[in-house]
Amino acid sequence: MNRRNFIQMAGIAAGFSATSFSVLARAGEILPKKGRRVVVVGGGYGGTIVSKYIRMSDPSIEVVMIERNKTFVSCPFSNLVIGGSRDLKDNMITYDKLAEKHGIQVVYDEVTGIDVAAKQVKVGAGTISYDRLVLSPGIDFRFDELEGYDPVETPKYMPHAWKAGEQTLRLRKQLVDMADGGTVVLSVPVTPFRCPPGPYERISQIAWHLKNHKPKSKIIVLDANPDIVSKGPLFKKAWEKHYKGMIEFHASNKVTKVDHKAMSVDTGVEEVKGAVINVVPPQKAGAVAYMAGVVGEDKKWCPVNQTTFESSIVPNVHVIGDACSAGAMPKSGYSANSQAKVCALNVVQLMNGKDPIPPSHVNVCYSYVTDKEAISVSAVYKVAEGKTIAVPNSGGVSPDLSELEGVYAHSWIKNILHEMSS
Amino acid sequence: MKPMGIAVIIGGCFMIQAPVWAESPSQAAMLSNTCAGCHGTNGSSAGPSMPTIAGMPETYLLETMKKFKSGERPSSIMGRLAKAYSDEEIKMMVDFFAKHPFGREKQEVDAAKVAIGKQIHNQRCKKCHMDEGRDSEDSGILAGQWKQYLQISMSDFRSGKRKMPEKMAEKVDGEGKLTPEEVEAVIHFYSSQQ
Ligand SMILES: Cc1cc2nc3c(=O)[nH]c(=O)nc-3n(C[C@H](O)[C@H](O)[C@H](O)COP(=O)(O)OP(=O)(O)OC[C@H]3O[C@@H](n4cnc5c(N)ncnc54)[C@H](O)[C@@H]3O)c2cc1C
Ligand code: HEC
Ligand code: HEC
Repeated sequence: MNRRNFIQMAGIAAGFSATSFSVLARAGEILPKKGRRVVVVGGGYGGTIVSKYIRMSDPSIEVVMIERNKTFVSCPFSNLVIGGSRDLKDNMITYDKLAEKHGIQVVYDEVTGIDVAAKQVKVGAGTISYDRLVLSPGIDFRFDELEGYDPVETPKYMPHAWKAGEQTLRLRKQLVDMADGGTVVLSVPVTPFRCPPGPYERISQIAWHLKNHKPKSKIIVLDANPDIVSKGPLFKKAWEKHYKGMIEFHASNKVTKVDHKAMSVDTGVEEVKGAVINVVPPQKAGAVAYMAGVVGEDKKWCPVNQTTFESSIVPNVHVIGDACSAGAMPKSGYSANSQAKVCALNVVQLMNGKDPIPPSHVNVCYSYVTDKEAISVSAVYKVAEGKTIAVPNSGGVSPDLSELEGVYAHSWIKNILHEMSS
Repeated sequence: MKPMGIAVIIGGCFMIQAPVWAESPSQAAMLSNTCAGCHGTNGSSAGPSMPTIAGMPETYLLETMKKFKSGERPSSIMGRLAKAYSDEEIKMMVDFFAKHPFGREKQEVDAAKVAIGKQIHNQRCKKCHMDEGRDSEDSGILAGQWKQYLQISMSDFRSGKRKMPEKMAEKVDGEGKLTPEEVEAVIHFYSSQQ
């Protein structure tokens, strides 16, 4: 894409006339600031919402949202695609309406560098200046912790499908193509990772497919954690009820080595072969967090002020969503949505020279155990003495598996994707 | 130029295109925004089973949240959440949602059912659910509410899972007890309201 096209696109997305930008554009700087500006990196669960809520709370602040893809594919509900009861298209959103309705300037480009001293973000087409920067880049993978893992080749044979899209469809296809009686292997990394109940929902969805189409098959789960990480008793109940004898669950079995040619994984104690292997790799904050120098001492996640989500390391840079550490909150889409709103309100407060408002968060994660039955876990979070904690004596898991949970889960995905795209 | 001047130009330009509800940060917004992940931005749901809670009368919202909190009204999720909030916090959220408009979207309805439903509404329901279910103090808003949510509500009432107000029960289950088809018709009537 040449620069003119790029500027036109950005202009159209925000409902500006394209020429006004071409005239104003200085060398390198592609969208000169017109006033106070927040730049948001990432147009996923966190990025869309922080952009929208800043504009809703103070329309005098310019918002530029940078996202590499024109279509966002939601991870939530992608496990249903793998199980066969949902079309991946229903997980997709675009940004046109969001941009138009709220006056957000959407730039479709790859962020390749961040200069926190100059307060500039580098994209393929040039640089973009900010007063405050919000990063919601999601996750990247710690492939180096898996011996033999080739970041390019291995996912072609052993899809992770932990970023939804082509990987999701590949895993689905492999399951469909597998012969009845085949073994599916799924490995779960040590926490924290994106979506604590996600691997177990996926196991349920794979089992759902196998039960209906390949009943002689089985699933071997190698979980690096001492037990199921989230909603354990409910998942176990579901597996007992619907998939008895089909799922072999091995706790405290950490995969340390993979061989995509031999289609095997290794725990250091045992080598396990599978016809389909879904390795969920260990994770870390998305690459842009490293570019901005906001990753903490653990070299994985970003420590932030729990009230404003401003980096504890670099001023004027905020981190939300999976990439940040937010106390007791799990890395989920709902958490990212909630953090984005808290961050938006307090960025606006800070930019207007006002005191931040004490945060309030909600997280609810629904997981499907069949095509219709679901379970849920929920909590409300507040900040106490600088830490994000779950409000005691509230929240918790659904009493049982139920179709009603599934009915509401369907509306949840509809509403949250609608929030992100309009 | 002062930043404010620019702000007005940018803001103004967008305001003409599509007015959005600009709301300065407040504790009420902080508490209420978190509900929107399920109930939709500012409380207007995109459906099909999650209820719209915007524009509801304060009395109804307040009573409902209290009933969720105490467990008096059964729920799949709201009881777990409501327990986390103090009465003052609930009051702030109630004020927030009550002042936003109830967003209505076009829903799929059956015209014949809507016509039957309208009659039933006029005969039995309109005394409390006034103005085709738009107006009331203590009985929520039915006009334009999502069909699947109303179906769940009515089935919870009729199965006894959720306690029906006595006077309403007289109209629903008393003399000339409504058939399931009649209940379905009146639901179509309410969800057809724009
Ligand atoms: C299988 C699975 C199931 C899940 N189910 C649920 C669920 O049911 N409920 C739930 O709440 N959560 C669920 N999650 C978790 C949820 O997907 C994440 O927590 C959520 O997406 C985090 O939001 P985010 O904004 O941090 O990142 P994302 O939503 O991933 O957004 C990051 C965006 O940044 C963009 N980006 C990154 N780097 C750059 C760059 N350098 N330049 C330009 N753009 C960039 C990416 O393209 C992406 O669009 C699930 C996850 C998985 C894997
Ligand atoms: C996870 C999704 C979810 C979240 C988050 C959520 N709700 Fe709900 N809400 C529901 C569902 C589902 C119902 C129907 C009752 C039930 O099963 O819990 C409901 C019902 C309600 C009702 C009753 C509507 C009526 O017409 O009677 C009110 C009021 C309400 N919610 C308010 C809130 C408030 C305030 C918050 C934020 C603190 C909130 N909800 C957060 C899912 C949610
Ligand atoms: C005497 C007054 C009265 C009459 C008559 C009445 N209702 Fe109600 N209705 C109420 C009240 C009060 C509530 C709120 C109950 C609660 O707080 O749980 C309610 C609640 C409801 C709800 C649930 C709304 C929600 O958001 O969950 C539905 C649906 C409903 N009524 C339908 C009807 C229908 C259909 C009729 C006629 C057949 C009817 N009502 C007649 C008083 C009445």
